[in-house]
Amino acid sequence: MWNWFFKLASPPHFYALAGKLSYWLLVPAILLLAIGTWGGLILAPPDYQQGDAFRIIYVHVPSAYLSMLIYVTMAVAGAIGLIWRIKLAHAVAASCAPIGASFTFAALVTGAVWGKPMWGTYWEWDPRLTAELILLFLYFGYMGLRGAFENLTQADRASAVLAIAGVVNVPIIHFSVIWWASLHQGPTLSKLEAPSISGDMLWPLLTMILAFTLFFLGILAMRVRAEVLEREVQSRWAQDMLRGASPVGVDL
Amino acid sequence: MAVPTHAAAPGQATAAPALGLITLFRAVFIRDLRVGLRRWTDASNAALFFILVVTLFPLALSPKAEMLRMLAPGVIWIAALLATLLSLHLLFRADLEDGTLEQLLTVPYPLGWMLLAKTLAHWVITGVPVVVMAPVLAITYHLPASAVGVLTFSLLLGTPTLILLGSIGAALTAGLRGAGVLLAFIVAPLMLPVLMLGARATDLALAGENVTGPLYLLAALLVLAISLAPVVAAGAIRISAD
Repeated sequence: MWNWFFKLASPPHFYALAGKLSYWLLVPAILLLAIGTWGGLILAPPDYQQGDAFRIIYVHVPSAYLSMLIYVTMAVAGAIGLIWRIKLAHAVAASCAPIGASFTFAALVTGAVWGKPMWGTYWEWDPRLTAELILLFLYFGYMGLRGAFENLTQADRASAVLAIAGVVNVPIIHFSVIWWASLHQGPTLSKLEAPSISGDMLWPLLTMILAFTLFFLGILAMRVRAEVLEREVQSRWAQDMLRGASPVGVDL
Repeated sequence: MAVPTHAAAPGQATAAPALGLITLFRAVFIRDLRVGLRRWTDASNAALFFILVVTLFPLALSPKAEMLRMLAPGVIWIAALLATLLSLHLLFRADLEDGTLEQLLTVPYPLGWMLLAKTLAHWVITGVPVVVMAPVLAITYHLPASAVGVLTFSLLLGTPTLILLGSIGAALTAGLRGAGVLLAFIVAPLMLPVLMLGARATDLALAGENVTGPLYLLAALLVLAISLAPVVAAGAIRISAD
């Protein structure tokens, strides 16, 4: 079992494995995306209050959920890299950041688009929107810090510390923003919770959440693969592979 | 020579060091205060910047008393946050460059304690002037006396938390050249809860409501920051000193 684990952490094996993995994750992701989109846009009935506008939930909720999940993944990967000094974990953390920032951005934009018909304004200082915006800044800070170091090992370790400090702070930010908003504005606008969503609206949502998660993992596998290759470009297996000597470096 | 070496037996290596933790903590604290006060332009820049930012708002918006009173909690807290961000890069950089931090790394106590002493000294030099100045500026914003008290107390609880959180970012960027903006960018999101709670406490005082809730939360964040931030900053310093 440990043998398998060490083999996985070795760059050439991971490179080969991630190539296959991204394929096996992205194909079902795209299938599920198609099913979820069809279910959400066509099969699900319009909401009795929000009409068709509620359908943006099928993009908004998975994006918002992933924006937080990816930040935690990034921090956990960074912690693993710091504690056990596994370079692959740092490569995973580094690859998470741009994907997470993209999903955060998607959640913000879909939230704003949703806000226009529902609240009559694109931007409201709603606690969730505000917390999401702060999360976007946390991602940008992480990427900015990574980019500032010339030494890759230092960049890995410093950004891992920042991600861990951020993950401790995320719940504090979340609760203080909710508390701040509850004092700051009337309770009219914070009714985002879907009141007991009905079954034919729910299953497309769950499908979309699963599809988005698989999509994230597939893209992550691709990005980590590229990151590993970039880090190992001077090594023997990478040079051999790039010259075409052996198609995937090693055979599994 | 009673200096323990790496080759010493385990029993010897853990023998009581010459200086106690409290003595050493105080020595680092006093040394940093002394260094900070001798470079007084650096220290006073933070306080002057604080006053400057607070002065900008009536000039840009309106000098009407009722409007200033409404703005005061937010403006003074934002100014305090900006002043903290501005002076954070001074926290570790000089000590990393001249080797002081490497000396501290060899101290046989957790590095976090030494960094806590440094951070505390930094607060006395850059944070305390802000806390002292705040009531004066609040009066120019026509804030009633009760709210002035709450504002000052919230700053007293909040500014050390801001600096402790900032010490993590300062430690991470200590080895980078010209990282001032980056430092502000990575720590500002972490500081937002303190800003929100502090400004809101003052707001509540202005409205004549109970302010204990946010003040307790500010105190809780301070305790959390004192216990966790130096540990994280110590990890970060080890990376920067590599």
